[in-house]
Amino acid sequence: MATVTLRGVRKSFGGMEIIHGVDLDIDDNELTVFVGPSGCGKSTLLRLIAGLEDITSGEMTIDGVRVNDLPPKERGISMVFQSYALYPHMSVYDNMAFGLKLANGSKDAIDAKVREAARILQIENLLTRKPRELSGGQRQRVAIGRAIVREPKVFLFDEPLSNLDAALRVQMRIELAKLKEDLSATMVYVTHDQVEAMTLANKIVVLRAGHVEQVGSPLELYHHPRNLFVAGFIGSPKMNFLETVASDIGRDTATVKIPGGGTMAVPARTAGMAPGAKVTLGVRPEHLVPGEEGDSVMEGRVFVVERLGGETYCHVRVDGGQSVVIRTGGDSPVNPGEQVRIGVPAATCHLFDRDGIALDRVERHPLADLDMPRSATG
Amino acid sequence: MQARRIAGRVLFYLLAAAIIVYTVFPFYWAIVSSLKAGSALFQVEFWPANPAWDNYAGVFRGQPFARNILNSVVVSVAVVALSLFLALTASYALGRVQFRGRGTLLMVVLGVSMFPQVAVLSGMFELIRWLGLYNNLMGLILSYMIFTLPFTVWVLTTFMRELPKELEEAAIVDGASPWVIITRVFLPLMGPALATTGLLAFIAAWNEFLFALTFTLSNDMRTVPVAIALITGTSQFELPWGNIMAASVIVTVPLLVLVMIFQRKIVSGLTAGAVKG
Amino acid sequence: MTTAFDTNRLPAPRVTPAGRSKGSALTRQRRRAALIFLAPMVIVLALVAGWPLARTIYFSFTDATLYNLEYHELIGFLNFYYLAVDPQWWRAVWNTVFFAVVSVSIETILGMVIALTLNAHMPGRGLLRAAMLIPWAIPTVVSAQMWGWMYHDLYGVINEIFLGIGLIDRPHAWIADPALSMYAVIAVDVWKTTPFMTLLILAALQLLPGEVYEAARVDGINPVKVFFKVTLPLIKPALMVAIIFRTLDALRIFDLMYVLTGNSRATASMSVYARQQLVDFQDVGYGSAASTFLFLIIAAFTVIYITVGKVNFDGQGGK
Repeated sequence: MATVTLRGVRKSFGGMEIIHGVDLDIDDNELTVFVGPSGCGKSTLLRLIAGLEDITSGEMTIDGVRVNDLPPKERGISMVFQSYALYPHMSVYDNMAFGLKLANGSKDAIDAKVREAARILQIENLLTRKPRELSGGQRQRVAIGRAIVREPKVFLFDEPLSNLDAALRVQMRIELAKLKEDLSATMVYVTHDQVEAMTLANKIVVLRAGHVEQVGSPLELYHHPRNLFVAGFIGSPKMNFLETVASDIGRDTATVKIPGGGTMAVPARTAGMAPGAKVTLGVRPEHLVPGEEGDSVMEGRVFVVERLGGETYCHVRVDGGQSVVIRTGGDSPVNPGEQVRIGVPAATCHLFDRDGIALDRVERHPLADLDMPRSATG
Repeated sequence: MQARRIAGRVLFYLLAAAIIVYTVFPFYWAIVSSLKAGSALFQVEFWPANPAWDNYAGVFRGQPFARNILNSVVVSVAVVALSLFLALTASYALGRVQFRGRGTLLMVVLGVSMFPQVAVLSGMFELIRWLGLYNNLMGLILSYMIFTLPFTVWVLTTFMRELPKELEEAAIVDGASPWVIITRVFLPLMGPALATTGLLAFIAAWNEFLFALTFTLSNDMRTVPVAIALITGTSQFELPWGNIMAASVIVTVPLLVLVMIFQRKIVSGLTAGAVKG
Repeated sequence: MTTAFDTNRLPAPRVTPAGRSKGSALTRQRRRAALIFLAPMVIVLALVAGWPLARTIYFSFTDATLYNLEYHELIGFLNFYYLAVDPQWWRAVWNTVFFAVVSVSIETILGMVIALTLNAHMPGRGLLRAAMLIPWAIPTVVSAQMWGWMYHDLYGVINEIFLGIGLIDRPHAWIADPALSMYAVIAVDVWKTTPFMTLLILAALQLLPGEVYEAARVDGINPVKVFFKVTLPLIKPALMVAIIFRTLDALRIFDLMYVLTGNSRATASMSVYARQQLVDFQDVGYGSAASTFLFLIIAAFTVIYITVGKVNFDGQGGK
């Protein structure tokens, strides 16, 4: 059990800086997810924690000990690789026991640990098999087993579900969630899939181009995104963004123009904003309401309807040319080409200034601080 | 269209037959000659009327041929084993660790494999004499390294590069030192590579002539190629061709068997070294 | 905004100049291990290649003899001067170059033909490929003896066959006759080495994308034209590498000539000549000079090989 701290961590390859001064606290006993688009540096950051890459500058500690110069095996970490990286010529048992044998453990102790891990992961019947005889999901579990037996301070996962097909991915995700409860350890998990991030994480670190955009619990990121990027990254389908102008600024409201000619008063902390400022109005598809209910109404024509059975996504072209997605029930009778009216509840709206930074919301969502034993930095 | 295809096929088979005859004939002729006893040798028949094993016996009488074969085996096996061992660890460094001068070193290794053997002859002669290894198999084992070592290093480095990075990283996280990684993680995966490289190096060592000719003196220290080249007969003027052919066949058959068995590996090994660079 | 992190405990972040990390313990450990792993190989190579080469070059500036290696004197470039005016040496150089050019040309063309044949998907090509390996597998010395017997002026089968099909009117002394011996040698080398060229060319052919040929077939282009305009340009890089590689080998030739024709002037290669001076005439200084000269020629060619081949020295694979 341990915390990981990063202070001013930078990483350059050759002359190019990939990680630009990251400050982070990874809390004890939590699953922290690094998420972001390809090339954002999340895997690099993970490998810096593992010790597989050198830190160019900055400080890193694990469990209070400065680890910049320590090799991986002395950091108290375990890693599950994207390709599992099982030793092809060794049996499952030997794969899991390898690290322990290298540390000169007693045979009995090693045996006990391997069997315990196998029991947790339900792979006891596979101990004598070789990796090539296993399915993708089984190999996954062996890779996790190999990480468990080392009893590390920190578990590191590098996109472990990316190589699995969709159905298996969902199943393994649930198993990982259960594992998280069983093991009660510090985990750092890298993924590009925001669904995995939302469902597994205690805390999410959103990265873009080597910078930390925001750190917070899943729901905090959902309800209180700090900028356009995070707002658009979390939640599927993406949040709707409407370019507009704040015509009137009150103390805790901004009145914005909406497509169709109307205006709406959106609650937001408006300190420092002048009337006439360009803003982006953000509202999630699941928060829009079909019909006339809401603090303002938009009109538009449906151009695509996506029916998933349990829910329906309507893509609507509103007045002014921008398009909007609204989520409705599975039995929605809407068809492409129809004219519809969409209600916008002001309380669910987000406002972003012209630099893409979010204006603080007036009320903090009650669930946003759920499951946050310590406060976040970032 | 059909006619053209048949013509093409016939042409192909004719060509194939011609190629096979061309490649196999000398060896066939050697076998035939070796089975002709005494004066039958001087008759040109395409199959001996009275095949006999006389020449084969003669080979072992005229020189310590069995000893020669043993010498070749000892030298070739020792050279290959040594080269593979040195090359294994070196190829890990050259293939997977970044350090300054790596490219230069690889270039030097490649350069050495291009040396004309005669260019080191006088220097090597001095060295072997100084070490007291003249007319000694150890002298051959030492000098052969000049062509087996660069070759094995080059080929094994290519193989080492191909091994997956994440596998090595998993071993590092597990606490494996580079030596453990080589011996317990990579080595088991390199069986085919070692076999192929070893086989090719073995064949090269087995065939070597110049050093063996120059650094051995007595009959019982000679290797097979030298023995076959220097087979002398009773008369000063007439070489015992029957014996020579018999010796050739004795030496060639096992080699051919080896090569046929490991055909695919040999082809891939040869082309990996040359075509892909 | 509180933090769980106690700023008082940790030293201030150390800022290293951008891009120059001294490396974590892992990198340092790997580099150290790499150097240790390389050392034995490098030492052996220096011992068996570097040192003897240096000594040989050194000897070429002395008057050393084989029976009296320790006592010699430096005589400057005298050996090289003698070499430059020695007609037999230049005959040897000519022999080697002639041999190399003719051999490699024939092997390339023949190899190309056979490779194209092997590349066709017809049954029985496995047998053909196996047959191709036979000349390659037979030791050079053995090949030389086998062909030497076939070339025998009295009892050789070649004379027999050629006479039988009317190619010649009387038996020829293929090996003894200086006008013929070089061609006899070339013929053996072609026999022995064409398989190697064939295999290299075949490997290159098999890497070619099939779609190009399908497109050509759909367009109905003459196969000969396809060969010259499509195949040849595509395999040219690999072909160049193979040719230079083979030429290097051919320039170094020793075994074949020595066993087949001995030290005969008509066929002696530079290697044969050098060795003759060294061992038969015991003139270490002169022989070393010849060896050095040969080495320089080979070195020049090797540079060409490395440049043209664009051989990959700093490839990827584990940073």
